[in-house]
Amino acid sequence: MISLTNVHKSYRMGNGAMHVLKGIDLSIDAGEMVAIMGSSGSGKSTLLNILGILDEYDSGDYRLNDTLIKYLNPTKSAYFRNQFLGFVFQSFNLLSFKNAVENVALPLYYQNVSRKERNKLALEYLDRVGLKDWANHSPNEMSGGQKQRVAIARALITKPKVILADEPTGALDSGTTLEVMDLLTDIHKQGVTVIIVTHEPDVATRTQRVIRIKDGLIVQE
Amino acid sequence: MFDKEVWYEILATVRANRLRTFLTAFSVAWGIFILIVLLGAGKGLRNGTEYQFQSDAVNSIWINGGETSMTYGGFQPGRIIQLTNEDFSLIRRKKGKDYQITASYDGRSMRTLSYKQEAGAFTVRSCMPDHNYLENCKVVAGRFINDLDISGFRKVCVIGEPVRDAIFKKENPIGNCLNVEGIQFKVIGVFTDQGRGDNDRIYIPVSTAQRTYNGQNHLNVIWMSTGNEGVEGSEAMAKDIRHLLAKKYNFDPADESAVNVWNNTIEYVRIMNMLNGIKIFIWIIGIGTLIAGIVGVSNIMMIAVKERTNEIGVRKAIGAPPSSIVSMILQESIMITAIAGFVGLFFGTVVLEVAKKLMPPSDFFRNPEVDVSVAIWSVIVLIISGALAGLFPAIRAARIQPVVALRDE
Repeated sequence: MISLTNVHKSYRMGNGAMHVLKGIDLSIDAGEMVAIMGSSGSGKSTLLNILGILDEYDSGDYRLNDTLIKYLNPTKSAYFRNQFLGFVFQSFNLLSFKNAVENVALPLYYQNVSRKERNKLALEYLDRVGLKDWANHSPNEMSGGQKQRVAIARALITKPKVILADEPTGALDSGTTLEVMDLLTDIHKQGVTVIIVTHEPDVATRTQRVIRIKDGLIVQE
Repeated sequence: MFDKEVWYEILATVRANRLRTFLTAFSVAWGIFILIVLLGAGKGLRNGTEYQFQSDAVNSIWINGGETSMTYGGFQPGRIIQLTNEDFSLIRRKKGKDYQITASYDGRSMRTLSYKQEAGAFTVRSCMPDHNYLENCKVVAGRFINDLDISGFRKVCVIGEPVRDAIFKKENPIGNCLNVEGIQFKVIGVFTDQGRGDNDRIYIPVSTAQRTYNGQNHLNVIWMSTGNEGVEGSEAMAKDIRHLLAKKYNFDPADESAVNVWNNTIEYVRIMNMLNGIKIFIWIIGIGTLIAGIVGVSNIMMIAVKERTNEIGVRKAIGAPPSSIVSMILQESIMITAIAGFVGLFFGTVVLEVAKKLMPPSDFFRNPEVDVSVAIWSVIVLIISGALAGLFPAIRAARIQPVVALRDE
């Protein structure tokens, strides 16, 4: 599903450059549930951004679902994100002026699904994460756990191949962390590839495979 | 481009930022409001002035006698130049034919007119047959003074409608005799004039006036049309006439006070030029105000984009192509400017209508209004300016990298 060969990435910092990824080789099969771990500054977030086509890389190859993801224009990368990927963020990133069902429906808006159709689907997905009764509430009326479940429903609605979760439990207490992890495990069981960036060992142990990154290189699997 | 889905998106964001949207919209509405009111007022000024000129023929020259102020041909200054019938004939002979010409001797002014039991004070004005053309008055009954009236020193008069209503009441005045302070004048016609105050009078033949009121052959004013001559043609005519009279009376043609030649055409053109200047000025002010509003919209949209960096990042992350972001910002900008503009247009028009109703029409200001074409133009300008206002913020929004947007603050 995902294959990286010798991927390098550096950021320009003033006059010098900061070499963040120093040759990543990685392969993740369809249906795997993987944790990426590493201390802060290790390059794990950069790696996730590249996997999520949110950022470009300097050299190497990245194939997603057998498509080479390289030198894409913004429209093309937006299309791939919309088609293949679902994002779950640490800070949820829900739109505060939209209610839960509208937030979940938003990705379908960019697939030109009609409003009626996408709200119906969004309600189904909200039901799957157990928030059907909260459909018309706005995000700031919800708890962190609820918000993250809405975000997960939003990530799922386009039926993505891969769910990318960046510290999905970083802002949650241990109880809700458990709920969210149960949900991600469920999703994995339905055959979706799940990649979680985390620094919490508890979260990592819930996955099948842990990839550790240090100083821009994969040090241990 | 404007499908229903887009409207939902825009309405949602507008609703989320009510105050900001209102303030932005207000600056545009205000710009259009000012533009419309100013244009209407400018039109009112023009209407007033045009109306004022309507009362008399616009293309005409007035000639009055005067007093010399320069030494010339051995004469000392201070000589009185009195226009006479000869001057009238001279000018008519030289210029005549294509140009209407009239002259007046005023033994003058307010006299008591009476018929049977009714009486009233009105102006008595003496004139030549061409006078009704120059005065721009219309004979509504009977006829105007003709050449036979002049040569025969006939005691006839043409009366204004107010005079008829005041003195003759319901009776048909034509053929009846009007008593002008002891002298009977037979009414031969009734006229109406657009100029206010030009109706409260009667016209009598100039020759009759001279004979009746001891005027000898004196004329106070000679008044002639300049036909289709433009500014230059009428100026040349005025100059010719001045030279003609200067030669006859032996005064310096440069001596402005010896004979006063007043060119109405020049005056009309000058005032119209001034009004055109005012109109351009108004457009500049109006467009300036509008630009201030548009810059406001652009500025606010810029801030909005900045504020919504995270939102735009999220939208991009979940698959919004840059074009959808650009059109979102552009359409929001156009919608705000267009709606605000229509509100301004509406209130501007309301103010003009109210002003039209409440302000009495005067010689300087009447019927403030905006043309349909101006309204259409301002709508076009609005939509274009809305697009312009949104353009830079939209481009900036499209350049936002989703990864930057999603970074935690």
